[in-house]
Amino acid sequence: MIRLDNVSKVYPRAARAALDDITLEVAKGEFVFLVGQSGSGKSTLLRLVLKEERPSSGTIHVAGKELNSLSQWKVPELRRQIGTVFQDFRLLPNKTVTENVAFAMHVLGASVKEVRRAVPEVLELVGLDGYGKRRPNQLSGGEQQRVAIARAFVNQPKILLADEPTGNLDPTTSVGIMKLLDRINRTGTTVVMATHDSGIVDQMRKRVIELDSGCIVRDQVRGVYGYSG
Amino acid sequence: MRARFLASEVGLGLRRNLTLTVAVVVTVAISLALLGVGLLANSQVKVMKDYWYDKIEVSVFLCGNLSESPSCTGGAVTAEQRDAIEGDLRALPVVSTVYYESQAQAFARFKDRFKGSAIAANVTQDQLPDSFRVKLKNPKQFAVVQSAFAGRPGVDSVQDQRAVLEKFFSLLGVLRDGALAIGLISVLTAALLISNTLRIAAFNRRRETGVMRLVGASSFSIQLPFILEGVIASIIGWAISTGLLAALKSLIDSRVAPLLTFTKFFAWSAVWQASGILLITGFVVSSVASLLTLRKYLRV
Repeated sequence: MIRLDNVSKVYPRAARAALDDITLEVAKGEFVFLVGQSGSGKSTLLRLVLKEERPSSGTIHVAGKELNSLSQWKVPELRRQIGTVFQDFRLLPNKTVTENVAFAMHVLGASVKEVRRAVPEVLELVGLDGYGKRRPNQLSGGEQQRVAIARAFVNQPKILLADEPTGNLDPTTSVGIMKLLDRINRTGTTVVMATHDSGIVDQMRKRVIELDSGCIVRDQVRGVYGYSG
Repeated sequence: MRARFLASEVGLGLRRNLTLTVAVVVTVAISLALLGVGLLANSQVKVMKDYWYDKIEVSVFLCGNLSESPSCTGGAVTAEQRDAIEGDLRALPVVSTVYYESQAQAFARFKDRFKGSAIAANVTQDQLPDSFRVKLKNPKQFAVVQSAFAGRPGVDSVQDQRAVLEKFFSLLGVLRDGALAIGLISVLTAALLISNTLRIAAFNRRRETGVMRLVGASSFSIQLPFILEGVIASIIGWAISTGLLAALKSLIDSRVAPLLTFTKFFAWSAVWQASGILLITGFVVSSVASLLTLRKYLRV
């Protein structure tokens, strides 16, 4: 589903490479944790997969497409295959929960009928049944992140990228979000999650890829956050 | 993107940026109206040219007792010379009509024109020359008449009324060019304002456009609401500018035309034609300004 071959990324005027000769493959339906300190290259890797950045060298395949040769006007098509969730939720504050999720469908040309069918379904999936009319500022952080996940998932992407989705949440709430991501993973969606949260990684026992200064230092099938595990 | 969703997004954008939308509408209205005044001035010059060139004549003045030009050394024009000149004038293909004005007629017209003035009392009939008043098929062909008759025995001088009008029209032409230039400059100003407004709108809605990019909306569907906002504001401005031009036309018809009876004024069709040109101008300027701005600020 995602394959990187000898990928390096050097930002202009940067002292060292953000990613240094990375080769990895994530299969369809996998759940992968991307761990490492701040500045280790996790976010850069996610941005490369979204084609928000171009690699300095190496090739990237996402959902069967080679990104270097993908023309700029086909990038939206690529992003429709990928749902994205961030630490800061990025909800639209003047729209209700329903409108926030519907927005992602409307901008891709979905009909009112399709939206009316899909939005309540996905809100139920993320556990926000009956929250549709509220606005983001009336929700807790965990609830806001659930809305963001609903919005990322409503167009049924093949891949879900999550950049520190629990970074702003307390441990109990984080567990709920992880259960939700696990449920989404079980529908066949490939999930790649960048995180600092050792507790969660240790608990989930999924594949762990650790980055350090832009290099892969560990790739464990049922890993934990640190070496000690 | 469905029409209904698009319409609600555009409406939301216009309302959220209401003061800027009003600024764009007013600027577009005024600048298009200025450009329209230039276009109407152009129509007016054309109308006046048609009107006046239709009326003007070439005057072939004949030698009188007081004429001093070299062709008049033989004294006043004789009856044979006069008949020969008239015959030759009528034979010219560029000439439409010829009519003879005798000294008595010239004197009567002179007295009428300077009625009550001291000049009229001091002029006698034989001081005024008799002449042929010649109307040409095309008023620009004056040179043909002049080369054929100037310097001929019995002809004092050949005068073209058009020469006088040309000065007047060149003055009008300067005014028209000035109005068009001011109009064009203000249209450019409006384009800059549209561009800046969209930049602010794009910045205000960076959350929305960010989400659109992430879920894979095409750049066209991300930019379309902004472009439509610019175009809608411009079209409202255009409608106001057409209203202003129509008001100008009614004002001329009701107040100015009764006072200035010596000329005709542009017709309503000129107003509609100018309005059409303004619509195209407004549409092209606003969509080009939008596209150039958004290409820079709303990258996928």
